[in-house]
Amino acid sequence: MAEKLEFELVSPERRLAGGPADQVTIPGMEGDLTAMAQHAPFLTTLRPGIVTVTEAGKAEEFFVTGGFAEVSDNTVSVLAEEAVARGDLSREWLDARIQSAEQELADAAEDRKMAAGQRVMDFRNVLGILSL
Amino acid sequence: MPSLKDLKNRINSVKSTRKITKAMQMVAAAKLRRAQEQAEAARPFAARMERVLGNLSRAAKDSPTAPRLLAGTGKEDVHLLIVATAERGLCGGFNSSIVKLAKQHAERLINEGKTVKIMTVGKKGREQLKRDLSKHFVHHVDLSAVKRLGYGDAAGIAHDVLARFDAGEFDVATLFFSRFQSVLTQEPTAQRLIPASFEEKEGADDGATGYEYEPSEEEILADLLPRNVGVQVFTGLLENAASEQGARMTAMDNATRNAGEMIDKLTIQYNRSRQAAITKELIEIISGAEAL
Repeated sequence: MAEKLEFELVSPERRLAGGPADQVTIPGMEGDLTAMAQHAPFLTTLRPGIVTVTEAGKAEEFFVTGGFAEVSDNTVSVLAEEAVARGDLSREWLDARIQSAEQELADAAEDRKMAAGQRVMDFRNVLGILSL
Repeated sequence: MPSLKDLKNRINSVKSTRKITKAMQMVAAAKLRRAQEQAEAARPFAARMERVLGNLSRAAKDSPTAPRLLAGTGKEDVHLLIVATAERGLCGGFNSSIVKLAKQHAERLINEGKTVKIMTVGKKGREQLKRDLSKHFVHHVDLSAVKRLGYGDAAGIAHDVLARFDAGEFDVATLFFSRFQSVLTQEPTAQRLIPASFEEKEGADDGATGYEYEPSEEEILADLLPRNVGVQVFTGLLENAASEQGARMTAMDNATRNAGEMIDKLTIQYNRSRQAAITKELIEIISGAEAL
């Protein structure tokens, strides 16, 4: 695989990671997707989940709480609301996020209940995947 | 004519003032660098956000189902002014210039018969606005406990603004802050947050075509617009922080220089009076000796 992607992970506060990558897996709102070189221009919002960047056989993982991702011109930009490298993720940190998501679900208007509930579920799933 | 002792005291007190202003200037310089770095680091996110939203909103603007955050409520009767200033003074005209701009804006709107609501961020601006416009205050955000501005602080403000918008409390929201241009110049700026405004850039929609969206364009737009409010507030606050430190640095530099000039003047005065006192004493001795 000669061709590579440019990967970029930015939060509102700063640029967290970047560089060339072979493939990037993004937790899209309607399911995970993997972008490789020459992927069609694409824009999706994110659900809480794990972004996996594979470069030369090595995978790097980041947890994102939401945001959006843009794929164009062989560049993947993940604009995350909050992002943490998997190694730095702690149970307390996640618990706090789950709690605030649950609070949002409790406060949400009727037409937003579905989305808010989905968000709580997504957070819980991550907890399972990471087996924290 | 002040006595020598008085002059000596004055000189000492101005000297210690100069020490303080000098120290404040150096602290401001260090903080400015940090604030600038932070503003710099936040730029890529805001820029991308704006580009993507710009593309999306151009397409959606004319559609009847456009989100209210983009199209507005259809009225312009109630205006929310979010005035972001510093928590601390001693930074030259920084706070006053933002307040002045906000006040002009508010007065114009009131004269046009619109309702004005004011939300203040930072207590200095609140103090200055209190005299004329305190009956328009609806909310105050206190950031004095915040050491390092995080996105969470801005998101909190945005959340509050959006909740008020959803509750129909206002139609148009404008953010007032100071844009950092250089250490010497900070430009007070009014930025409309709701309905969202995007700069029309020529040829910018090249990238819009050919995108695949998931979920649909409109859903993404509806999801991103509220976030964008937070990002804009965050950018504004960061610019403000840098401007504040820049303004303080310049103000303190001036103060230090003025104190130096004052010390020189007082020292000259002190030396002259001392000289005069010595001369007087000599004359007294000589005329006493002559009289013998």
